[in-house]
Amino acid sequence: MRPPTIPRILWHAGCLALIGILLYPVAWLVSMSFKPAEEIISSLSLLPDRVIWSNYPEAFEGAAGVSIWTFFLNSVLVAAGCVLGNLVSCSMAAYAFAKLRFRLRGPLFAFMITTIMLPYHVMLIPQYTIFQKLGLVDSFVPLILPKFLATDAFFIFLIVQFMRGLPRDLTDAARIDGCGPIRAFRSVILPLSKPALVTTAIFTFIWTWNDFLMQLIYLNDPEKYTLPLALRLYVDQTSETSYGPMFAMSVLTLLPIVLFFVAFQRLLVEGVATSGLNG
Amino acid sequence: MPDERPRVAYLFLSPWVAGALLLTVGPMLASLYLSFTDYDLFTTPKWIGLENYRRLFTSDDRFVSSVWVTLRYVLISTPLKLAAALGVALLLNRASRAQGVYRSAFYAPSLLGTSVAVALVWRVIFDRDGVVERSFDAVGLHTGGWTTNPRLALLVIVLLAVWQFGAPMVIFLAGLKQIPPELYDASAVDGAGWWRTFRSITVPMLSPVILFNLVLETIHAFQSFTPAFIISNGRGGPSDSTLFYTLYLYQRGFTEFRMGYASAMAWLLLLVLAGLTAVVFRTARLWVFYSGQEQR
Repeated sequence: MRPPTIPRILWHAGCLALIGILLYPVAWLVSMSFKPAEEIISSLSLLPDRVIWSNYPEAFEGAAGVSIWTFFLNSVLVAAGCVLGNLVSCSMAAYAFAKLRFRLRGPLFAFMITTIMLPYHVMLIPQYTIFQKLGLVDSFVPLILPKFLATDAFFIFLIVQFMRGLPRDLTDAARIDGCGPIRAFRSVILPLSKPALVTTAIFTFIWTWNDFLMQLIYLNDPEKYTLPLALRLYVDQTSETSYGPMFAMSVLTLLPIVLFFVAFQRLLVEGVATSGLNG
Repeated sequence: MPDERPRVAYLFLSPWVAGALLLTVGPMLASLYLSFTDYDLFTTPKWIGLENYRRLFTSDDRFVSSVWVTLRYVLISTPLKLAAALGVALLLNRASRAQGVYRSAFYAPSLLGTSVAVALVWRVIFDRDGVVERSFDAVGLHTGGWTTNPRLALLVIVLLAVWQFGAPMVIFLAGLKQIPPELYDASAVDGAGWWRTFRSITVPMLSPVILFNLVLETIHAFQSFTPAFIISNGRGGPSDSTLFYTLYLYQRGFTEFRMGYASAMAWLLLLVLAGLTAVVFRTARLWVFYSGQEQR
């Protein structure tokens, strides 16, 4: 253990001060959710003069006559569907690109990488038209189905990178033992790729949870609203006097992300560092 | 000993191939076609040739403002965000057990910042009676509320973007760790100062990572939507000062149902991004340095 030196103390102090400034808005949001309305807009201080709890019960009443639990459940359903879709479809495609040999592998891989950079808006309108013609607008299908068709090419890339790093001997050994490619995928490659799959799952969850544009476009009925849409509905209906419940609801919305982050922060940050994953 | 049975490979690829055809290539071509039509989603598209494009460039002031707003946003927020990311990465690049914890803390806003909840916080903080306005008032600077002042509203969104510098910072930090320490030892022996070392070793060695972050963040910034939507309540105001390109596209397509017009806008965005990426990669040869090390 080295003794603390002046530069080291200064370094820690500098980092902590910057982190303090950076996370101030989040801390402020939490404190606001415990403040009465008149104090919210006027005060920068984190400690409320008077702590009140009533913002939370009010937030739980929801918006537009729909309970917050419905919004919460909708968000969970959409996010869970997207996570499952990405895990299945992206791992399958990644396995083909990383471990199997076929003639079009090079060009298809290059094409797949290009689609990562495409602006979503070029596909948006025809996709909407398709789902509208199929009568699927105002359901969760347009939000979830694309994930089962591996449209989040980024995660394919992430898993390919990981699978390429797996020692070749393992798959060779599996083949010598008479494993076909399908069984090799299921019983050798997939279990070994767990870190990449977990990273994919968590990022998919958080991005879907935060997503606004897709949900805004495809969901119309408040009964089907997810949390981000509900928050917006709440804002439209409220004046400054009900900022308290709005922020209580914001805190509840961010809570799952914070929990996931605290639990998996190492894995998440490593995922960004090694693959350039970027929300 | 790779597997030689291509049919199995295509089996594994089939969901992706279906998605690529039905949800990517097909829709791209369809929106190209729609951009030459008048289409309201409910009647058959009517071919009008280049009319949408002509209208965009000659008689749509809001389109022109949305282009300027977006360019200003990209040109201000991207360099600031990358500078903050590089600065903090340099600060953090130090042998310490606390590094991992600090890195995570700096990264946290990147996960939270795209949410509606955080955009709402920004909206209230910078509102007419918000805390920022009150603090400025207290020292005699009257702005009339940042979100309601056409000259400051965009800055609110820029600040929200810069706040999320954590993701590129993590990537920079990973790049810094790849630089061989011998180079720094050598430069210390040569008596190079901090700035000299930064310019002659850190920047060239890091340049591939800088390129990566620059391209990614620029493409990202062009497509920003949620913050402008939430902070301006879907309108892009005041006086169109936060009318982002994507927000205007949304208004045209999904509130006015002028899908042909919106498709033309989408294709222009694609062309601009493709052109820009090509230019950046072309010029990259002049300033990006690939050392003899194995590239990943």
